[in-house]
Amino acid sequence: MKLSMEEVEHVALLARLALSEEEKERFGAQLSSILEYADRINQLDTTRVDPTYHVLPLQNVSRLDERGATLAPDDVFQNAPDRDGSYFRVPRIL
Amino acid sequence: MAGYNDRYEVVIGLEVHVELHTRTKAFCSCPNEFGSEPNTNVCPVCMGLPGVLPVINRTVLEYALRAGLALNCEIASFSKFDRKNYYYPDLPKNYQISQYDLPLCRNGYLDVAVDGGERPGARRIGITRVHMEEDAGKLMHGEAGTDYSLVDVNRCGVPLLEIVSEPDLRTPEEARAYLEKLKAILEYIDISDCKMEEGSLRCDANISVRPVGSTVLNPKSEVKNMNSFRAVQHALAGEAERLSAILAEGGQFLLETRGWDEASGLTVQMRIKEEASDYRYFPDPDLVPLVIGPELIDRVRSELPELPAAKQQRFMANYGLPAYDAGVLTGSRALADFYEACVAAYHDQKVVSNWVMGEFLKLLKAHNLEVAASRLTPSHLVAMLKLIDQGTISGKIAKTIFEEMFLSGGRPEEIVKARGLVQISDEGELGAVVRQVLEDHPGVAEDYRNGKEKALTFLVGQVMKATRGQANPQLVNRLIKERV
Ligand SMILES: [Zn+2]
Repeated sequence: MKLSMEEVEHVALLARLALSEEEKERFGAQLSSILEYADRINQLDTTRVDPTYHVLPLQNVSRLDERGATLAPDDVFQNAPDRDGSYFRVPRIL
Repeated sequence: MAGYNDRYEVVIGLEVHVELHTRTKAFCSCPNEFGSEPNTNVCPVCMGLPGVLPVINRTVLEYALRAGLALNCEIASFSKFDRKNYYYPDLPKNYQISQYDLPLCRNGYLDVAVDGGERPGARRIGITRVHMEEDAGKLMHGEAGTDYSLVDVNRCGVPLLEIVSEPDLRTPEEARAYLEKLKAILEYIDISDCKMEEGSLRCDANISVRPVGSTVLNPKSEVKNMNSFRAVQHALAGEAERLSAILAEGGQFLLETRGWDEASGLTVQMRIKEEASDYRYFPDPDLVPLVIGPELIDRVRSELPELPAAKQQRFMANYGLPAYDAGVLTGSRALADFYEACVAAYHDQKVVSNWVMGEFLKLLKAHNLEVAASRLTPSHLVAMLKLIDQGTISGKIAKTIFEEMFLSGGRPEEIVKARGLVQISDEGELGAVVRQVLEDHPGVAEDYRNGKEKALTFLVGQVMKATRGQANPQLVNRLIKERV
């Protein structure tokens, strides 16, 4: 399955990636080959196989509703590009 | 304005988000608290830092099961969490943990009657699904002209239930009744504060119109930003009018999102949906599936409190109340509890119902208070009713005392004493007042002698006026009849 240029651009937009024309060609081809591989797997008959929702043989892992430690304010903003008092500051989006 | 409901049918479905009042967040152990200092109830998990591992809070699952069972849903024996992917600054990890194709609860219903109560007129509204998800943070835009926004991620990871109705609602009034009933149930099962003004109960609506008799679903408007029951009803009524006008003019519907503007009383276009949102749901690999056994479901079911519909039936059977009274009194758990505390100590259940439904609800509404926030106690109300029975106060004076008890929390005996409101039942004292009134109004007294019943009412009124409402009305009647 070959991805169209529009599909490549749509996926790049969803991932917030700005791609050059050359990158669109290169990644488009790589994505297409991944999808071709998925198509091949899709040809297998799985009618008698239960869907795998999780790869680990675990279920019902839960925690009690009990409070734990929170981050100290200095740690909260350690990686923040910008802050305003006790808030993160980000470019305006409407 | 021409009624849209003559020619067109309105089709409404509601999507309700309710914040669960757990101690901690859904997937981490940060406090779940409203109104904290910004960005203090946070940890690497809810801030979406790399390499962290979310774990579901057991109480969230328990609350979700309560809601599902109370709303008559089927509970999935196998359920899982999915990632809903989108970019927005209030969502640090760029996906919301939600449930997509295997929600915890499906196919429920809620019986709704527009004028309250559980009568034959009640309509069954389908509930498509109830699922668990997490809330996003809060975004505050800078003043107009600035190019930045401020983010508080305290709310990130707060547990939510999303409750989606079928498009079964047919009028804005019915949508409001559904929402009120849903809120009452969520309060009864004690899983949320359900405060629309604080955002712990939020409602979005999908609405479309079609000619009566048609079964097609026209493109729908999604209405957001409705912050009260009243706003939901008004916004939907406004949108129904707008869509009906488009239909009447043969215009084209747009699949659009509109916001309710309280000030103008109109919905305003927010955006047009050109294509289905591309959320790329996939199973969250950090969270393992949930397997729900019958033992857990039975246990949660057995621990559910009596729900509004059952309580209403019991109030009708045990207290001999009309369906309407029982419906109003069971409209909130706090009000029902208040009523039951009163009738446990007082013999006449209908009299209690009249005071609770009448004066009490009127004052709560006037002061915009919840039952729990009022200062009136059941024992004070009962004490006041006994004062009326003993003839210490008149029913009219009782209203004044009731209001003061409501405002000050004082005991009725003390209020009566402090304000000198004891009913005058002394024949000598009242007799003097009656004599004076008859002397002042000889013409009216003559009318009464000649059989004009209305004249008596006037004379009684004059005596009540002269005694500032404190005269015993039965005694006044008797004295006037004797002396005329
Ligand atoms: Zn956290």
